[in-house]
Amino acid sequence: MHGILKEVLSLNASVEIITAIFIFLGALITGISSMGMIRLPDVYTRAHAAAKTTTLGVMGIVFGTFLYFLIAEGLFSIRLLLGILFVLITAPVSSHMIIRSAYHSKVPLSSTSVQDDLEGYFEKGEKDQNE
Amino acid sequence: MFDFIMVLSLVLIAISILFNVYRIVIGPYPSDRILALDTLGVNLIAGIAILSILLRTSAFFDLILLIGILAFVGTIAFARHIERGVVIERKR
Repeated sequence: MHGILKEVLSLNASVEIITAIFIFLGALITGISSMGMIRLPDVYTRAHAAAKTTTLGVMGIVFGTFLYFLIAEGLFSIRLLLGILFVLITAPVSSHMIIRSAYHSKVPLSSTSVQDDLEGYFEKGEKDQNE
Repeated sequence: MFDFIMVLSLVLIAISILFNVYRIVIGPYPSDRILALDTLGVNLIAGIAILSILLRTSAFFDLILLIGILAFVGTIAFARHIERGVVIERKR
C-alpha cells in the first residue's frame, strides 16, 4: 500500500515535469514563429513561419494539457483530442488557401527571391479553359 | 515552479499575439492580414489551454474546438473573397 502511494505521488510530480516540458517547448516555438511573422519580408515566407505555430506549437501545448488532465485529474477529454485533430487537418488547408489567393491577386514576391516557378502558369491555364 | 512555467508560457503566447496584432495593423496586403488573423486564432487556442491548466478547470475545453472551427471558416471565407470577389459561387 505504501509503495503504491509513493508511486502515485511520484507520478504526480513527473506529470508536472512532462507537461511543463511540452507546454514550454510549444510556447517557445510559438514565440519564435511570431518573431518570423514580424521579420520575414514576404507573404509567402511568412506563411512558412505561421505554419510552425499552427502545427507544432499548438499541438505541443494542447497535448501537454491533455496529458495533465489525464494523469493529474483523471479526466480523459475527448474534446482536446478532437481539437488537436481539427487543428492538424485544417492548418495546411487554410495556409494553402491563403497563399493561393495571394498569388492569384498578384501579391508581389520580395525583392530578394530568386525565381518564380509559377510565372505565367495560371494565364496559360485559363486560356486553355476558354478554348 | 510548475505554475511559474505556465505563467511564463502564457506571457510568451501574449507576446506572440502582440506581434501578430502588429502584423495585422501594418501588413501591406490583405493576405498578410488574413494570415496574421489565422495565426492569432491559433495562438488563442494555446492560451486557453494554458489558462485551463492554471485554473485547474475543464470548463474551457469547448472553446478550443469552437475557436478552431470559427478561425478556419473565417480564413477560408476571407481567402475566397480575395481570390474571386465572392464567398459562395452560384452556378448559373
